[in-house]
Amino acid sequence: MDFPFLSATMLRLLAVLPLTLELWALSILFGGILALGLTWLRSRKDKILPNLARAYVFVFRGTPLLVQLFLIYYGLGSMKEVQQSFLWPFLREPFYCAVLALAMNTAAYSSEIFRGALAAVPYGQIEAGIACGMSRWMRFRRIVFPIALRQALPAYSTEIILMTKATALGSLVTLMEVTGIAQKIKNDTYRALEVYLCAGLIYLVLNFAIARAMAALEYYLSPHLRAIPASRQSPNPAIVL
Amino acid sequence: MTFVDLLGFGPKGWGLALLTGAFLTLIVSIVALLIGSAFGALIAWAKLSKSLAANMVGDAYTTLFRGVPELLIIYLFYFGGSSVVSGIAHGFGLSGFHDVPPFVAGALAVGLISGAYQGEVYRGAYLAIARGEVEAAIAVGMSRGLMFRRILVPQVLRFALPGLGNTWQLTLKDSALVSVTGLVDLMRESAMAAGSTHRYMTFYVAAGALYLVLTSVSGVLFNLAEARATRGLRRS
Repeated sequence: MDFPFLSATMLRLLAVLPLTLELWALSILFGGILALGLTWLRSRKDKILPNLARAYVFVFRGTPLLVQLFLIYYGLGSMKEVQQSFLWPFLREPFYCAVLALAMNTAAYSSEIFRGALAAVPYGQIEAGIACGMSRWMRFRRIVFPIALRQALPAYSTEIILMTKATALGSLVTLMEVTGIAQKIKNDTYRALEVYLCAGLIYLVLNFAIARAMAALEYYLSPHLRAIPASRQSPNPAIVL
Repeated sequence: MTFVDLLGFGPKGWGLALLTGAFLTLIVSIVALLIGSAFGALIAWAKLSKSLAANMVGDAYTTLFRGVPELLIIYLFYFGGSSVVSGIAHGFGLSGFHDVPPFVAGALAVGLISGAYQGEVYRGAYLAIARGEVEAAIAVGMSRGLMFRRILVPQVLRFALPGLGNTWQLTLKDSALVSVTGLVDLMRESAMAAGSTHRYMTFYVAAGALYLVLTSVSGVLFNLAEARATRGLRRS
């Protein structure tokens, strides 16, 4: 084991971790906003809008992310119309192309998660809100949103971890994030095994931390589902708290 | 050149090349799915076993292969594997770079990733089998092998089918990443076509459409299989 090489590689990879994290965070942010829009379109009563959202989800879930990324980076970038438009300063940059591809991709998956979570809100709860005279907005804020959030969280944390892994594709459009730098070090040193294992370790630790954080959030949001601590249990077992 | 010339089957058309690529994508994905089903079954067995060591091995496998980017795993198998192979070749006095065949490295990498997801699918399916079924098998005096073959496998496959369909879709889409090893699958073929004609938009849209055909047709097939496998079950 060549520890000096391993630690030097690790330091170089960790130096570009901020770029990976930036890509990850922006994709999740914009993807989440887009997903909320798609979920809203799906819940509309008319004929056209829900079908548009359905078609979007079908296309983005049915094709590999790599095709979507290349389509945006090479495809849109090669069009004269795009090169002369106000979008060019953004679409010229591999970083923004990667953010766009990742966000559009995750929006398709996330909108299905959100839709399922909304559908899982028991109608009795909404009825109770109506019976209390709550307005639509208050019902959403106090009843539908909190219940749907808890429903969506486990599946959404899986989606977030998938996004961490998806940021690695940025290296294929010349972005020098963790995988891109790993590829560069490998080309310089020909020590593929050590370099990729170091990079893999970084992603693994990152995903582990994200999974723990999401589990903690889930725990924090569901106090009513936890077992009652022994100290607070009623001395009389006939009375259920 | 028009759209039809580019994507057609004429002398300058890339139609046949794209279809060949799509065929190779299908083959890589099927091989990966089969490799994954073998590893998935082993992982499910390890996770369901009473042995703590086996549980830990199963957990480590799923954590590892679901927590590291697919692209990195493919690089690790292709470039890492190739440097090991080259090292062995140098030991035998052969010089130069010797690589693992891209098909082997790619199918193995995608297959092992698929195995991590399939392991969870099989584990869930096993747990869904009613305990009474196993008890009845023991009561009529079935041996372990017979019980496995007649009671467990048919039901595990039935319950696993929806999850297996999802895993297949993942594997099919992950197979596009194998193109980085130089394997001429649909992704690589369309990238080459796009590069040599400078019609990036045309060819990536065509590739996307072909992937969409593969995923949606196989989705329909899985639904049919599911309908057939559960035809004996009463629906609630």
